[in-house]
Amino acid sequence: MHSAKNPRLPDPLKQPPVWAATCFTCTLLLMMGLFTASLKAQDKNPFSADPKAAKLGESQFRANCAFCHGLGARGGGRGPDLTRARKRRGNSDADLFRTINEGVPGTAMPQNGATQQGVGMTEEEIWQVISYIRSVERKADATAIGNAAHGKEIFNGTAGCSTCHMIQGKGGRIGPDLSATGATRSTDYIVESLRSPSRRLAQGISEAMKEFSQEYETVKVETADGQKFIGVVLNEDHFTFQMMDTREQIHLFEKDKLRSFEKSRESLMPVYDQKTLSDKDLQDVVAYLLAVGAQ
Amino acid sequence: MAPLVLCGRLSNARAQVTPQRLLDSAKEPQNWLMYSGDYAGRRFSALDQINASNAAMLVPKWAYQTMAGGKFETTPLVVDGILYGTGQDNRAFALDARAGRPIWQYQRALAADIRPCCGRVNRGMAILGDKVFLGTLDAHVLALDAKTGSVVWDATAVDYRKGYSITLAPLVIKNLVLVGVSGGEYGIRGFIDAYHAATGERKWRFYTIPGPGEPGHDSWEGDSWKIGGAPAWITGTYDLATNTTFWTTGNPSPSNRGEGRSGDNLYSDSLLALDPDTGKLKWYFQFSKHDEHDYDATQVPVMVDQGDRHLILQANRNGFFYVIDRTNGKLEFANPFAKVTWSDSKDTSGVPIARKDASPTLEGNRVCPGAAGATNWMSPAYDPQTQLFYVTAREQCDVFSTAPQPYEAGHAYYGSAYFPNDDAVPFTGALRAIDPNTGKLKWEWKHPSPTWSGVLSTAGGLVFTGDAEGNFIALEAASGKALWHFQCGASVYSSPMSFAIDGKQYVAVAVGSTLFTFGLP
Repeated sequence: MHSAKNPRLPDPLKQPPVWAATCFTCTLLLMMGLFTASLKAQDKNPFSADPKAAKLGESQFRANCAFCHGLGARGGGRGPDLTRARKRRGNSDADLFRTINEGVPGTAMPQNGATQQGVGMTEEEIWQVISYIRSVERKADATAIGNAAHGKEIFNGTAGCSTCHMIQGKGGRIGPDLSATGATRSTDYIVESLRSPSRRLAQGISEAMKEFSQEYETVKVETADGQKFIGVVLNEDHFTFQMMDTREQIHLFEKDKLRSFEKSRESLMPVYDQKTLSDKDLQDVVAYLLAVGAQ
Repeated sequence: MAPLVLCGRLSNARAQVTPQRLLDSAKEPQNWLMYSGDYAGRRFSALDQINASNAAMLVPKWAYQTMAGGKFETTPLVVDGILYGTGQDNRAFALDARAGRPIWQYQRALAADIRPCCGRVNRGMAILGDKVFLGTLDAHVLALDAKTGSVVWDATAVDYRKGYSITLAPLVIKNLVLVGVSGGEYGIRGFIDAYHAATGERKWRFYTIPGPGEPGHDSWEGDSWKIGGAPAWITGTYDLATNTTFWTTGNPSPSNRGEGRSGDNLYSDSLLALDPDTGKLKWYFQFSKHDEHDYDATQVPVMVDQGDRHLILQANRNGFFYVIDRTNGKLEFANPFAKVTWSDSKDTSGVPIARKDASPTLEGNRVCPGAAGATNWMSPAYDPQTQLFYVTAREQCDVFSTAPQPYEAGHAYYGSAYFPNDDAVPFTGALRAIDPNTGKLKWEWKHPSPTWSGVLSTAGGLVFTGDAEGNFIALEAASGKALWHFQCGASVYSSPMSFAIDGKQYVAVAVGSTLFTFGLP
């Protein structure tokens, strides 16, 4: 993390050239010009007309962004698909710059340079990354093929999704809150999560300095007095773990005080195959999640 | 415990740290006089008041907060009751080691455009006479007055705008202050410097990449040597018997792209034996030739003597544990201590060599260990009592990708990206106790996820380490059984140390923004 005292990003446009000191009037005029230019730089990508910028931006993207957003910016397990025309945190150049530079509070998207594991980007490099994103993003997002209203019915009804997942404050607690999923995950990821929920477990709590997030692992325990619980791990260290059972009760355990403790990467979420959720109904559920995400 | 040394010094006027005291650090186990505790780099404390029989009673004694964010990597020094530590953004401080109260605090005014890789970190200081020495993120070396924190001299090592920084704790040998540079992510040309402790004047510089006409220069293609990396960002060790200082180097640049720098790329990923008076190279041993996986060899080269065998032990980021004859640089053997897929064969002298198909590709190639390595800069420890080598192991594979990238001075120069692989199992870690005679595992303590904590061993039959989940842990050195732990509230990114004051032993570790000390009630 960088502190306000040490801003990471110098603005080369704000440095007056040395020769300007020779002419006070010139300096004044020039400074006014630069002031306007740097304001514009905050609004609009200064490299938008430069074809080389996207190529340079791709290098930066690979080094700094692809870890979560995937090669080609198509989204990964952690980060949203950035080839979408509509970005959750705003579509303008200024919005993208702010999102990259300042991160998104409360999410895994860090401030520029704050991951502590790699190199941060200069202002110029951030604009190049924006050029790259513009070069791969779609002109407009395809309209969802499914029927969102029907998807909502399935979500809350026959498929029973809302038993475990919350959307906008309503629903169960044992699975991840899905209010933002439609905006932050690729359709492929959502489909995979339904068809093969154990292939990539959802990520849970991320701690500030911890490299890897907790995942939604399944846990079965038996306490010393013979009580049995099954649920998901909320967090775990070598000595303790915190879980939520299928009745949404939170339990706090010391591992060495348990009769048994068994973790599994087989998700508690049922597999929604063709029999339980037809392709058409699946499309409707995806359409519902996308519609919620777009709100 | 060594009772003779625990009570003496405090009542007297504090003696200055002399070169002889640094050589004789074993005689004053109450003090921690250099980054790794001694010149051998063992990170072993001869104090035994805290031991296997009472470690379960350990309690926090005091905490000092820097209030700085990011990784807190310091190993403090303790000299005659005063603790000297460093923090993020080139903070430095001297504390009353008994009470944790600051005596002075320093923070360098850093330029806004410094761009150190991997956090605005610092790992600690060195001390000699009335000065402590600090390397800075803008690639200067500072001498601070040990009593006031005032800057006594300020030497510019190199222009930070080209991607150089200094993050390691300097090493004092005789009257020289030795440092190496960070910057393997920027296409620098690495070096190790020695400065006169009294004046800050540079005595010598050893470039870790040979220039035209020097041996090894032909291990670089074209002009790639000029921006070939090979930083030296972890503190070295020193052997008085042969007057040799051992330093290690990091990756060639760009880290994950071998195209354009064909050859072995000397002396990247190497162990260097240097004359500390002149900086002349005596011999080298290269761990990873023509590295394309960011396998820096920047792990403290630990000196161990076994009868008449004089060895360097290193558990390398590339996943092999190397035992090297430190009189000549010859490899005795190399054994994997973690999962390795980049190499499946050895040359005639037993040196592991890379598989042809282990290189990064455009779409990505899964290789173990991953980009953070099987271990990294976190210190190992060697305990002369158990004769075991303790090292933090990280079981993480990554998908290495490579793409052409033009070099621009001061800009990141990886030529690559890497991703966590898609394995169904999450990455784990372990503290591993290795028998250096065989390279075989004696025991391991499993971490739920990989950690960046180093290891301290003590004469009390203990090893201390931290985990990514925030625990600071004491284990029995012989068996790896956990005896005590304390939840510090943030992942540990430092290597612990131990000291004593008023006859009471403490163990200290930097975690989050807090320096914690623990002792018996």
